[in-house]
Parts: sequence; structure tokens; C-alpha cells
Amino acid sequence: MEQQTVSVQEDPARVAAFEARIAAGETIEPKDWMPERYRKQLTRMMSQHAHSEIVGMLPEGNWLTRAPSLRRKMSLLAKVQDEAGHGLYIYCGTETLGVSRDELIDQLLTGKAKYSSIFNYPTLSWADIGCVGWFVDGAAIVNQTMLAKASYGPYARAMVRICKEENFHKRQGYEIMATLASGTPEQRAMAQDAVNRWWWPSLMMFGPSDKDSPNSAELTKWGVKRKGNDELRQRFVNLTVAQAQAIDLTLPDPDLKYNEATGNWDFGPIDWDEFQRVLKGDGPCNRERIAARRAAHEEGAWVRVAASAYAAKRAGETASEAA
Amino acid sequence: MGASSASVSGAAATGGQSGVEHAPGDSQWPLWEVFVQPPGGAPHEHAGSVHAVDAEAALQNARDVYARRGEAVSLWVVPSQVITASTPEDMGPFFDPGNDKPYRHPQFYKVPRGVRVY
Amino acid sequence: MSETALPAAPALDDATRAALVEYLLRLADDRLVLGHRLSEWCGHAPILEEDIALANIALDLIGQATLLLRLAGETEGKGRSEDALAYFRDSAAYRNALMVELPRGDFAFTIVRQFLFGVAAFHQLEALQQSALPDLAGIAAKALKETRYHVRHAGEWVLKLGDGTEESHRRAQQALDELWRYTGELFMTDDVDATLAAAGLAPVGRDAAGRWRSQVSDVVGRATLALPADGYMQRGGRQGRHTEHLGRLLAEMQIVARSHPGAQW
Repeated sequence: MEQQTVSVQEDPARVAAFEARIAAGETIEPKDWMPERYRKQLTRMMSQHAHSEIVGMLPEGNWLTRAPSLRRKMSLLAKVQDEAGHGLYIYCGTETLGVSRDELIDQLLTGKAKYSSIFNYPTLSWADIGCVGWFVDGAAIVNQTMLAKASYGPYARAMVRICKEENFHKRQGYEIMATLASGTPEQRAMAQDAVNRWWWPSLMMFGPSDKDSPNSAELTKWGVKRKGNDELRQRFVNLTVAQAQAIDLTLPDPDLKYNEATGNWDFGPIDWDEFQRVLKGDGPCNRERIAARRAAHEEGAWVRVAASAYAAKRAGETASEAA
Repeated sequence: MGASSASVSGAAATGGQSGVEHAPGDSQWPLWEVFVQPPGGAPHEHAGSVHAVDAEAALQNARDVYARRGEAVSLWVVPSQVITASTPEDMGPFFDPGNDKPYRHPQFYKVPRGVRVY
Repeated sequence: MSETALPAAPALDDATRAALVEYLLRLADDRLVLGHRLSEWCGHAPILEEDIALANIALDLIGQATLLLRLAGETEGKGRSEDALAYFRDSAAYRNALMVELPRGDFAFTIVRQFLFGVAAFHQLEALQQSALPDLAGIAAKALKETRYHVRHAGEWVLKLGDGTEESHRRAQQALDELWRYTGELFMTDDVDATLAAAGLAPVGRDAAGRWRSQVSDVVGRATLALPADGYMQRGGRQGRHTEHLGRLLAEMQIVARSHPGAQW
């Protein structure tokens, strides 16, 4: 994470007072004074989150036209729609920090901004839809409960709204997997194959170990990160092992073992080389995801322009009527 | 779905992504603030924002984004730029909790026990 | 739906029953296929708000289709569920109008189609609220509310595209020109319609085609677009003679279900 020098010299007393507000659990609102660095960190974090919601629509949207029952078809469509909504809530929250959605989208499409790496993996079967809901939304929920208490008001409020809607997402994915796991042999095999491919990338969603995570300290100080990566990852593992056992699917980790002393499930080593590789752009779908978003954006330009032109004409008419 | 900020990748890493072309007049449209009134007599509450080119579209978008789960009996949409907001500096004179004005609080007034005031 | 006692469903003779199944499949298949086409936009719409809006309309339509397919299966009485009907009928057994199976095209094509279909559906559903079949009347009432909103949304976009820029005007006009030859089918009637109208099961509003034309003409005019001239109207969907597009659509829609016959999802 690059260390940026603050161009404007900020009064240390003001910064200290600001940090005291956060330490006291106060909420920072858009019109409040904030250090430039806080504004930049929040903008980066929130916009990345929003981008992730939008890009996340693609791997799941991939199976919308092939959902194998009407109920699943509607459920998946509602879920992907929710993700668009979540992205929208967070983009709007980010705009309160003084950046336009136009700029934010530019940043995503030109590579200046990032999105969660998990969405660079492909959905290869219907079971992947269940697995993504179970693992990826499951991991997100572990993160989200923390973010609902973030120090920045608009972010926290967006997260509260998102948490309410997530309940149905997590249940939907797990229910799909449970149905497959107790179905035909082909369905069972489909489910297990999806688990085998999505487990490790899902663990990587929590980021590197805290000792290798340079951002963490500052984000904790700013009240947007209240628990460490390792703690959150462990919580996710503990929850998910029980869920996998309940539906008789095997997590692809021969080292998974219950630790009596800690009450945690110890797990095997994560392939951080793969993590870095996907981060740098060599995941299976990095190019396709951005290409899809660029295509939608570019092909949609004439539509956006038309709407603006229409509104301008109507405004012009009203003005001349009033004159 | 959420994102850990530590596990993100971006387009630049894929190499060779050029700038995005901007058609003249292209924008994400102006911002509107959305206020939602839940059923049961509560007042309108700020729910968030939407982008739209006119009021009719803002209303439709607001309904689709903030009220599709049936949580609203009424929606207001307001262009963000016409909202006048206080600044924290205003907070002193406007929002002084008025500790020196106890007569504004019902506890100030003593009423004989057992008498119903309303 | 309300808890007040509904009139008992009328007893049906075989001919009426068969006609009713056909009719319900027509209504259902229109909505399932159109909803499916709309869902293809999710994640690819011109702006985030429209991803959400189009998904909303798609969900409404697929929801309506589900209720109608269920009713069709129950009426038929051969144990076919809504999923059996959706996923295990070939295109020759589908009864949707040709208009809805055409590829989604650009945003103008999608929006103009939605508008043209929506206005027709609105008038049809308005009349169906008086159906002597309580279940159908109920579905129609719910669908009418949703359709009113679809028409409002699509209508606003027709105005914006028609009277926006030169490019949007050109695309909207082209969409209208391409879709026009498929609009006639929306008002074609046959023995199925006659049987059900006579039995009070599928009441028809007065001059539905005329009122549709009047409403469409009004919006098209305000959008500075030209109403295409009537020519030969393509048809065949109600009899299961479709375009080449439906086969491909169903291949995609049905592949997972058909690959695992008998499986639960």
C-alpha cells in the first residue's frame, strides 16, 4: 500500500481531536472536518466495495438464463438485482466524500481502482451458484457485521441496509448446495466439484495474514476495520465446517482438524502465490470481467446521453414557458 | 456481496487497458436524495440516493432501489443540489442542546401525583 | 389475496378445459420468454439504475408466468407442474407470441418491445379481471398493477429515446420498424378465444386493438417517432410455429434441467 504524503499540512491538534472522536465511537458525517488521508482511505475502501458488488453480478449472472427451475430463476435474478442495489448504495455513499460516480466508474474500467479478487474465478456449473452464495456471501457477512459499525456514517448506513438484505442471499446458496448434495449422484458430484474449486479462493477473500497486511493498522485507527483478517477468516472456517458436515460435503483440506484447546478448526496452508497471481491480473477471468463492464459502459453511452439530452430539452421548454 | 480491501485486483494489472472514451454529454446523471415513508404513520426518512435525469425517473428509480420490498407507502425525491444543509460550525447556535433552557423539557414541570396531564 | 369467499370455479367441459389450458399457456409463455429476454440485461445495462429496473420487470413477468403455468397444469389435470411445463416442452409446444422471443437487440429494441407488449397486456389484463375463473381473475388483478408500472417505465424511455439525440431517435425508429410486423399477432383471435369469451372465462375488452393503437400512437407521436405502416403481420406463435430464435432460447434455458431429468433443484 503506497504511503502518500499529505500535501496540506494538517493541524495535529485537529487530527488528534478527530481520532478521539472515532475512538469514542462517534460517527463521522459528510460535512465534518476529516483528515485528507481519512477521506482518501474511505473513498478507496468504499469504492472498491461498490465495484466488487457490480463485478460480482457477472459470475452469478452467467447462470441466470440456465437456472433449472422457475423458483431458482427468480431467486437468482433477485439476488443479482440486490447486488446491483448494494453497489448503488455504496457508490452513493462514496459520492458524499466528494467524488462523482462518473469518476469512480472510470477508475474501475481503467484499472486505477480494484475489486474483490474472488470474482475473477469462473462459474462453471449450476452448483457454482450455490457455492458462491454459500462461501462468498458467507465470507462477506462475516466482514459486513463489522462494517455496519464503521466510523463513516454513509458507509455504516449503507451496510446496515445491505446486511438486512443479505439474509436471503446466504440462505439461498446453502439451500441450493443442500438440495444438490442430497440429490442424484451427478448432482452430488457437481456440488463437490464446486466446493473443491471455491473453498481456497474464498479463504483468500479475507486477505493476507495480519502480519503481512500493511493497511490494517491505519484502517483500525480510522474505525473501518475492527477485527483482523486472521480472526475473521477463522470465524468463517468454524462456521462453514459445521455447515459442510451438515450436508455431507467435504472441504478440500486434508489438514482440517478440530483443535480442542482453542475451539477452532485448524486448517492447511493457503497458496499465497495463487492469491498474488490473481491479484496481479492472471486469474482465470480478470480480463473478461473488466471487458464485460467496459462493453456495458461503452454500449450504454448513447442511452445515457439521450436521457440527458431529453431532460435538457424539457428544462429548456419550462424555462421559456416561465419567461 | 462484500469485499475485504486486502484481496482486491484491478484492471490495470491485466495490462494494456487504455483510458475509457467519453462521449460528449455522457454522465451518470444528476444525484437525487430519496426519502421513504414506511407504513404505520412514521415520518419520511432519508434512505440514500439515486441518479436520474428528471423527477419521474428519480421516483421510479427510488421505488425500484429503495422500496421494492414493500417497505414504503410514500417516496420523496429531491435533487441533491437543492438541499441546504447545516455545517458543523452551525451546530453551536442551531443545535446547542439548550442545557440552559430547561423549560423546553417536560421534566421541568411538576405535576401533582395521580393527575393525568393528557 | 383477500380472504372473502370467492365464487366457486365453474365446472368445465372437455372442450372448454382444453381451450383454457391453451389460453393460459399463451399468457404464461409470453411472460416467461419476455422475462427471460429481459434477464439477459442484468449486469449489462447502460446504467446501474436500469440493471435494477429491468430486473424488476423481468421478475414480475417470470412471477406471473409461474402462477399462470401452475394454473395451466392444474387445469390440464395431468400432473404437470410449472417447472415441467417450462423446462420440458419443446418450442413446438410453446404458445408465446413471436414478438417476445426475438433477441433482445439494443436498449431501444428492448424498451420499444416492452412498451408495445405492455400496453397490449394492460388492456387484456384489465378485461381478465372479470374472468369467471377466480384464480385467473386474481392473477390478472395482480399482473395489472405490475403491468401499469412496466408501461410507465417503458413509455418514459420511448419518449427519451425518440426525443433524445439523433442516434437514439434513429435506433428507436428502427426498433419500432422491426417490431411492427409482430404487433398484429397480439390481437389475433381464434376458436380458443371465442370459446373462453363465450364462457366468461376470458372476457375481452371493447376494441382492445383500437385502444392499444391509440395509446401507442400517442406516445410514439410525442416521442417524435413515426408510426410504421401496417403490412403483413407475422404469426404462428400461438400455434407453436416459432422463429429460429425460440429453439436457441429454450436450449439455453432448459439445458441444466433436461440434463438431470427427475432431479430436484
